[in-house]
Amino acid sequence: MKRSLPYLLLVALAALIYFVFPDQLPLAARIATMAIFVMSLDLVVGYGGLATLGHSALFGIGAYATGLLAMHVTGNPLIGLLAGALAGALLALLSGLFLLRYEGLTFLMLTVAVGQIAQNGASKLRDWTGGEDGLTGFEVQKILGMWSFDLYGKVAFVYCFVVMLVCLWAMRRLMGSPFGLSVVGIHQNRLRASAIGGSVRGQLLKLYTLAGAFAGIGGALNAQVNQIVGLDTLGFELSADALVMLVLGGAGNLFGAIGGTAAFMLIHHTASAINPYHWLFIIGGLLVFVVLVPRARLFEALRQRVMRALPVAREVA
Amino acid sequence: MLLLANILIDGIAYGMVLFIIAVGLSVTLGLMRFVNLAHGAFAMTGGYIAAWLVREQGLSFYLGVPLAVLATGLLGALLEVTVLRRLYRRTELQQVLFTIGLTFLFVATANLLAGPEVQLIPLPPALSHAVDLGVRTLPAQRLLVIASGLLVVLAAYWVLNRSRFGIWLRATVDNTAAASALGIPVQRVYVLTFAVGAALAGLGGILGAELMPLEPYYPVKYLVLVLVVVAVGGMGSIAGSLAAALTLGIIDTASKYLASDWGSLFFFLAMAILLAWRPQGLLTARKA
Repeated sequence: MKRSLPYLLLVALAALIYFVFPDQLPLAARIATMAIFVMSLDLVVGYGGLATLGHSALFGIGAYATGLLAMHVTGNPLIGLLAGALAGALLALLSGLFLLRYEGLTFLMLTVAVGQIAQNGASKLRDWTGGEDGLTGFEVQKILGMWSFDLYGKVAFVYCFVVMLVCLWAMRRLMGSPFGLSVVGIHQNRLRASAIGGSVRGQLLKLYTLAGAFAGIGGALNAQVNQIVGLDTLGFELSADALVMLVLGGAGNLFGAIGGTAAFMLIHHTASAINPYHWLFIIGGLLVFVVLVPRARLFEALRQRVMRALPVAREVA
Repeated sequence: MLLLANILIDGIAYGMVLFIIAVGLSVTLGLMRFVNLAHGAFAMTGGYIAAWLVREQGLSFYLGVPLAVLATGLLGALLEVTVLRRLYRRTELQQVLFTIGLTFLFVATANLLAGPEVQLIPLPPALSHAVDLGVRTLPAQRLLVIASGLLVVLAAYWVLNRSRFGIWLRATVDNTAAASALGIPVQRVYVLTFAVGAALAGLGGILGAELMPLEPYYPVKYLVLVLVVVAVGGMGSIAGSLAAALTLGIIDTASKYLASDWGSLFFFLAMAILLAWRPQGLLTARKA
């Protein structure tokens, strides 16, 4: 019961959104999609300790794979997700073989290079990807042969949310497994982990590949719901935004990744409706604040204030 | 032949601009171990102040530019004293996030104060003239850029390796406690280094305004470029930064002349190859 509680809370929240804020379903679906991507980034950054700014390459290739599959072979959504996962995992495996030979700033800059090469390549391969115009005109069939995407975004929301829950569950299982623990051990002390035995690079490559699969699923969902794939899905900005979302929620915690994504996108949605530059003031100020006032101290201050305001709570405590 | 000369001259000028901006970041990143992703914002600030002084206030170019560089250095010092100093002991990720947040604040402020338009710095007649080099004519501004770059190389090399300040800085970086015990004004060394880095970034922003147009998103757009130079050159290595900036500047210029529809693919491909070959920096031999 205790272990399923977070999932039940998420489902209750989704039901609340579905019934109380039906106008916001497209935004909520986007949040669920991004949350998958940010959670996959959390595997790499939060658990593995590998700072990357090229994660969007994995998201984007998943999106293009799904789009191309729907255009030329089949529009089956679940097969599309699978294709996205495979494409993301494959690119992660191939680039990981190269990237993981390096550490620190070198690793970070090489991930930027991989992302930029993917984006420039996609822009050049116009016959396949539509270049600057993006990939459009592919059709997505009914989900499980029963539900087709509707104008109000109801089906899209439920679909994205369910996929997000499944991904969350899978990633939590993965990170709780001996494999996940060994990755955290590598993050904490690489030298010691390799002294204990086992291949550090092999484990990290496995982690990177798995994260690539999840990022690819996020990209696939994005392609299916929006029915367009653009060069921005491969862009540097998406990687940087995802990193900000992750840190706002707290790296190394998958629920934090979901919370950070939701907070970021909600603020973005409201602030940029007023003026795109206001949004930068808010996100910039938020980042500066988060670093200057560490979370632990903030919570302590909050707790004390609540305690003072509620004499009853003090007696109970 | 003419094409080759064009690529070389434009590439070297571009590389020099990259170097002037990158050298400050290389020092903070490599010697002070502070990841300052707001460095591009200093370059933009320098450019914006110069544009404002020369265009709006009617100052002469030769007075406005040094003033703008000085102002950028002061801003860097102010930031170091008020906030950045507290972050030296934090993790890299926290430094990255804080300085990205700072960058966003700079972007939004630039837009608030000057609007989203590109800012132009009017050149004095002497610099907008073409100079005949025999091979080809080129704007005098390019020559100024290349000369300034060389001057910065020599000055930086001399300060770090020959001057007392350089000795202080290297001692402070190696062992802050011991340096402080020996009577070196550690805090002042850090502020000054940071301020000079920011001022140089400002100078680079002004000199490169033609190639890298000054607009509010400038710090975000060109940050990656500058980081690439630092990473390829090896952190803290001035000669390495110069070699990296010139190599990448020439490659980028060549790909713009010869294969413009590939975007920056060749730039990043070159960077990946150079980094893979020499992960510690171009002029540093691979360790172990």
